[in-house]
Amino acid sequence: MSPKSGDTSHETRIVRNPAPRHPSPVTRHGDRIGVFICHCGHNIAGAVDVKRVAEELSRYPGVVFSTNYEYMCSDPGQGLIKRAIREHRLNAVVVAACSPSMHEATFRRAASEVGLNPYLVECANIREHCSWVHDPGEEATRKAIKITRTMVEKVKGDLPLEPVEVSHVEKCLVVGGGIAGIQAALDVAEAGFEVILVEKSPTIGGHMAQLSETFPTLDCSQCILTPKMVEVERHPRIHLLVNSEVEEIAGYIGNYHVRIRRRPSYVNPELCNLCGDCEKVCPVRVPNEFDRGLSERGAIFIPFPQAVPSTYTLDEETCLGIRPLICGKCAEVCEPNAIDFDMSEEIIEEDVGAIIIATGYDLYETAALPEYSPQDPDVIDPLQFERLLSATGPTRGEVRRPSDGKVPKTVVFIKCAGSRDPELHKPYCSAICCMYTAKHALLYKHAVPEGRAIIFYIDIRAPGKGYEEFIHRVMEEDRVLYIRGKVAKVFREGDKLIVWGVDTLSGQKVEVEADLVVLAMAVVPPKGVEKLARTLRLSCLDENGFLKEAHPKLRPLETLAGGIFIAGAAQGPKDIPQAVTQGSGAAAKAIALLSAPVLTHSPEVAEVDEELCSGCQVCAPLCPYGAITMEETAHVNEILCEGCGTCVAACPSGALSLRNLGDEQLESMVAAALAEPEPAKEAVEVKGD
Amino acid sequence: MIEGDGFEPKIVAFLCRWCSYAGADLAGTSRLKYPPNIVPIRVPCSGGVDPAWVLRAFERGADGVLIGGCHPGDCHYISGNYKARRRTVLLKKLLPQVGIEPERLRLEWISATEGQRFARVVTEFVEELKALGPIEASGDALRVTRDGESPAPRGG
Repeated sequence: MSPKSGDTSHETRIVRNPAPRHPSPVTRHGDRIGVFICHCGHNIAGAVDVKRVAEELSRYPGVVFSTNYEYMCSDPGQGLIKRAIREHRLNAVVVAACSPSMHEATFRRAASEVGLNPYLVECANIREHCSWVHDPGEEATRKAIKITRTMVEKVKGDLPLEPVEVSHVEKCLVVGGGIAGIQAALDVAEAGFEVILVEKSPTIGGHMAQLSETFPTLDCSQCILTPKMVEVERHPRIHLLVNSEVEEIAGYIGNYHVRIRRRPSYVNPELCNLCGDCEKVCPVRVPNEFDRGLSERGAIFIPFPQAVPSTYTLDEETCLGIRPLICGKCAEVCEPNAIDFDMSEEIIEEDVGAIIIATGYDLYETAALPEYSPQDPDVIDPLQFERLLSATGPTRGEVRRPSDGKVPKTVVFIKCAGSRDPELHKPYCSAICCMYTAKHALLYKHAVPEGRAIIFYIDIRAPGKGYEEFIHRVMEEDRVLYIRGKVAKVFREGDKLIVWGVDTLSGQKVEVEADLVVLAMAVVPPKGVEKLARTLRLSCLDENGFLKEAHPKLRPLETLAGGIFIAGAAQGPKDIPQAVTQGSGAAAKAIALLSAPVLTHSPEVAEVDEELCSGCQVCAPLCPYGAITMEETAHVNEILCEGCGTCVAACPSGALSLRNLGDEQLESMVAAALAEPEPAKEAVEVKGD
Repeated sequence: MIEGDGFEPKIVAFLCRWCSYAGADLAGTSRLKYPPNIVPIRVPCSGGVDPAWVLRAFERGADGVLIGGCHPGDCHYISGNYKARRRTVLLKKLLPQVGIEPERLRLEWISATEGQRFARVVTEFVEELKALGPIEASGDALRVTRDGESPAPRGG
């Protein structure tokens, strides 16, 4: 032993079956086991007679070397293990020390440095599970012996394993072209990977494109968004697919196969020069979705002037000319001949390594709150109010109420409309309404300085940077009236909307004659997200229908499906800075995955003995990861399997087993756990160096 | 077995590595005391505990078997603990047929933050098993073979 081994005064070294002088190749595993008992200072040695444990273990079948030492995890301790592995040609090691969650990795790494497969090293937990919880003495020592023997039995059955390796496709799919998806796509593309960005509407931009200004800085929303949209369009590594939806996702981390359905736009974006002649002659007028129905559009239209891709789109649902051919006026006037009625739906198939889901949100339907007269044209949702405030909106930024175009003199804002109402509506806080309602009131007061803005609220939640200050500004500088209380009813009386509410601070009933009412509707998951979740074969939606993260605190950007990440409001209500942060965060996760030279996975997974498998199919539906496929027999996908063993426990033929935790191993572990140690014998060969 | 006048039950615990094993670790880190009658075996998931393992533990002389899993909804593997729960219900119906009181098998949800709960469960279980005394049935009644022969019922 080298002089570097530190203080070895507490060390007893017992060698039962000295290594042969001329070593022959090791053919069996677990028949030359080394056992290393750690004192952990006084942490273990203070309650457990470590010397006696080492002696007992030295007599245990299969153990050829047993010793104890003060700190096994220290450099000299690891050195001791490494030397013993070499000198005594150990083919398996048990370190009886602290919990494997502390130093299993340490000892496995040390062993692999001298050529012992790391999966042939096990930790016996005699600190957390023994010395720390029992009184010092005989019983603690006996229990330590049992725990260590149990792990010796395990290591006897352990096989050397190598991490499962899998190659991957260096491409990322981003689903959803709102601000979170845009940010994610740009970040991944900037890192050098190909990105496919799928958006179901004719343009990217999402809800952010509809907003007038953003809180709390009052930046013009489109002014900060459209440069990013253009960047997406121009980026050489981003392949943008609009009018498209993901139909199916199959495969596993690093190797997903995706089917995307692209609806035809009937306009060649390369040729369209945005002259707008087509929309002028279109005889169809339908509500414009982008303006939330506050304006009309033709069957051929562009959602807004800065749309990306910048092209008109023909909406086949409302067009008269698609089939049968009865109109075709737009095609007649289109000078560059961009309109092509023969375009058809396409199925695009792609292989990708990572997927980022950024499908955003919808607003809860105002129709769900009949007490607020949602059918009245002057009772509107917050995105409609954004369009009224927007310079590109239907009123060119002048606040005019939808019914008669008059400038409203009194506007009532009702917060928590459908949120925080577990009995009837959504139980959660929609997180953004406090801030955008304050902004709405401020922008209204700037547009109509003599007008009255009244906000009914339950609480004011303003936890972001500069948010609280913004609320104060709105209350104090812009003299917006905040009334703490809920609104019971909104109804029309002549020219006015009567708002009945209560001021819970004074206990008074409140009646307001309003010209316009804005309902801060709850943020809800977007339509179609369940379909997407189903194709992932995972229970990945939470109780409110938002995408569920793998861990609410520590893995907020991941799903339980490896390689599938979440960004933005798809996971829950979020404002723009949070959505952008998550977009970048999910991108970082995807980049880390895509840039790994090879993906590795723990080899301690389930395997099938095809001889024994009867093909009964009990296992496959039990697997939470869809890792088992059935042909004639069951087949386990090593990459998808997380090694929980649920299938193994259910298999009626004993065909399934967990690597390195097989039935026989378990049985001998149980036997060792129950066998009482014999009284200590002195007849052991004690050998120092 | 263990010195002293009374009967000291032996317990094998199958603890899921994510919650209950970590809960037992926390009991240690918090220096909580509980009786040394239990030897834990770390398994990936309570859902992976084969009912045959439980029977073998009894066959090998265990007086009690504890299965520890994550709380409902918290399973690291999504739903393994629900499977453990269903299997345990059935197993508890089978045990009396081989002469073992169903209370000798316990399924407990112990999270990684519940060191205290782990210590309490073990303490209670040891007390209960002491009250029950040793198993009356012989080990032969429990012999379960790998070919799936059913255990021979004993004493009707």
